[in-house]
Amino acid sequence: MSGTNLSQLQFAITTIYHFFFVPLTLGLAVIVAIMETLYVVKKEPVYKRMTKFWGTLFLINFAVGVVTGIVLEFQFGMNWSEYSRFVGDVFGAPLAMEGLTAFFLESVFLGLWIFGWERLSKGLHLAAIWLVAIGVNVSAFWILAANSFMQNPVGFERLGDKLVLTNFVSLITNPYLMNQFPHTVLSGFTTAGFFVLAISAAHLMKGKNDDIFHRSFKIGAVFALISVLGVVGIGDRQTKGLVTMQPMKLAAAEALWETTESAPLSLFAIIDEKNETNTFAIRIPYMLSFLATNDPNAKIRGLLELQADYEKEFGMADFIPNIQVTFWTFRIMVGLGFLMILMAMIATFLAFRKKPLEKKKILWIFVPLVGAPYLANTAGWLLTEMGRQPWVVYGQMFTLNAGTPMLNVRPGMVITTLVGFFLVYGILMAIDVFLLVKYSKKVPDESSILEGASQDQKAVTEVTK
Amino acid sequence: MTLYPVIWFILIAILYAGFFVLDGFDMGVGMMLPFIGKNDKTRRMMVNAIGPNWDGNEVWLIVAGGATFAAFPNWYATLFSGFYLPFFLLLVALIFRGVAFEFRGKDESQKWRSFWDWAAFLGSLVAAFLFGVAFTNILRGVPIDESMQYVGGFFNLLNPFAIYGGIVFVAMFILIGAYFLVIRTADPVESAARKLANQIWLPVMLMILVYGACVWMFAGKGGDLGWFSMIFFIVSAVTVLIAGISTKRKRDGWAFTWMSLGILLFTFGIFAWLFPNVMISSIAAENNLTIWNSSSGVTTLQIMTAVAVVFVPIVLIYQSWSYWLLRKKVTGEKESLHY
Repeated sequence: MSGTNLSQLQFAITTIYHFFFVPLTLGLAVIVAIMETLYVVKKEPVYKRMTKFWGTLFLINFAVGVVTGIVLEFQFGMNWSEYSRFVGDVFGAPLAMEGLTAFFLESVFLGLWIFGWERLSKGLHLAAIWLVAIGVNVSAFWILAANSFMQNPVGFERLGDKLVLTNFVSLITNPYLMNQFPHTVLSGFTTAGFFVLAISAAHLMKGKNDDIFHRSFKIGAVFALISVLGVVGIGDRQTKGLVTMQPMKLAAAEALWETTESAPLSLFAIIDEKNETNTFAIRIPYMLSFLATNDPNAKIRGLLELQADYEKEFGMADFIPNIQVTFWTFRIMVGLGFLMILMAMIATFLAFRKKPLEKKKILWIFVPLVGAPYLANTAGWLLTEMGRQPWVVYGQMFTLNAGTPMLNVRPGMVITTLVGFFLVYGILMAIDVFLLVKYSKKVPDESSILEGASQDQKAVTEVTK
Repeated sequence: MTLYPVIWFILIAILYAGFFVLDGFDMGVGMMLPFIGKNDKTRRMMVNAIGPNWDGNEVWLIVAGGATFAAFPNWYATLFSGFYLPFFLLLVALIFRGVAFEFRGKDESQKWRSFWDWAAFLGSLVAAFLFGVAFTNILRGVPIDESMQYVGGFFNLLNPFAIYGGIVFVAMFILIGAYFLVIRTADPVESAARKLANQIWLPVMLMILVYGACVWMFAGKGGDLGWFSMIFFIVSAVTVLIAGISTKRKRDGWAFTWMSLGILLFTFGIFAWLFPNVMISSIAAENNLTIWNSSSGVTTLQIMTAVAVVFVPIVLIYQSWSYWLLRKKVTGEKESLHY
């Protein structure tokens, strides 16, 4: 393996790992904020218990997201110095703005939120968690603006050996971003919805604390349903966007070798890359053309034609991404998306029936289902990033040329850090899961909350003094 | 010629300086855990004193890094790839330190707590030391070839001057951490921190002066502001002196303020020496990275300036406000301990 391949592996591992925590952060922040809003508006202590319970899980998850995020910022320079030089003029600005407009907001107000139960007025405390929820999602906007530039570069010109920003507004209204941002954020919301469903279901099955968990289950169900419908809906628009922005990614995700009119959708295929064909496939006629363009007879360009076109435009190279990965991650993601729609509907139906939920056997199914959004998120990112290959910036720079030169960072050094991150992240994962399990079993009891409420009062008078 | 690269050089200096002050005391507190925190309760008080703020303080580093990337892509690329292994260690240290603060209080067992105490201690120590090593190497000059590539290897970075720089950073951060604990905690932590501060302020002051002298003698040839840089180091030492005297007179808030100023000036001393370079090549002066040959284009710098002009004051206001809201001293009472 070359240094660049190793760096790719390291970037993939550290990013996927980071993105294991981020989606939950995006959604759970909003859910906790909603719960606290209910507490402040309705003044019922049960909502405070809910806020504290889910808030604790949010914090445990958030901590790992924060510390693994900084690794990514450093890695662009450490492992991808030529990329950084080439594209820093355009790509760096959203990163800097992410820090300035989002990271400060979320971290400062989260600190206030954690320590503010006794010291801030209720309204201010509520405002703090909403600012956190806004902060994390604004941060997603900036980082996806940067990523969208790699997928579909806009608002720049090529000046010698680097790209230079010419139009900032284009950068942040990139059509790719306009789909990717809501798709990603709503995936995060979906993840949080199913996370809440899973833990609530586990508690309800035991028949303990059913008040707090029935309400949580309701919120989780509605939140998951709305979000996952949005994810799938926008996903459809994203596919349509690929026709013009990244036709190669679309062809690879569909394993479509030949340019085809009235193209069918393959549900399953055995792909033979060597002979550039599929030896077996289960197809729905017209479906791909229809999904990609709304016209069942439209022509969809195939891998081989695109390869020939790209060779003419950019010279000899292999422009076809890893088809097995793109094809199957796409199917995993979409399949799980539809499964989650179904399950979120069932959850909503169960939650709003008049009958009590506790000790219902069917609830067990929501516990393992928490894996579904995580798997779908990971598959989605693999599709997005692997489908972009061999480009690091589409049409502008090959991944192959983006790494730090070997005379500086040698493969052995990358192996060292790769193993290092692997170990550190493994330890972190074990600890995080241990804490999540521990605190998902630990329900705040009523007495401690009431005691807390009187302290709130005391503290408010203190601060206003 | 445009002034934007100069503006961004100054802004990045401010961001790093702000980071060294704010996260400096977080790291300082982490490093003092085994010394001042004699038992679990006092260690817990220390962690809770920085608990609400450490994450927001670390964001100064993230923004400084992002701003370097955006405003000076070549600086960012050469520095981060050149210091590959030290920065990897730095990341691991920052990871363990951050998680330690968050997770320490989440389980009662003795083993759990002492594991995180060690993580916080070592994470803070290694991070503080490596920041000193990195910035001193930038000053000293490192082998950079004509294509802006670092060609020096790992051990080239571990020279005596850089190691001394690392020690100075560790010492400064412990001192500001002690001043911070004095104002943010109640006894017994407060008096232990005061005692430590009174013991080390004079050595820290001398170390800063010696560091300035080392820069004068051993640093690579920077720009024309060398004398200006020396003034910064000297005034920095003077502020530490005033901080030391302030604690003796129980003017604790002032001691912390003066020490903060000291770290700001120290950082400005480093940047003043460099200006207009951002990295000095020990191979040839033509290979130096300057604010001119490593900066982004005007459009990017303009937009970033506009965003910074709006958001930096807002951030400063709400961050200071959060400190003000949570100004009450941390006592041993269980209710006030969230970490």
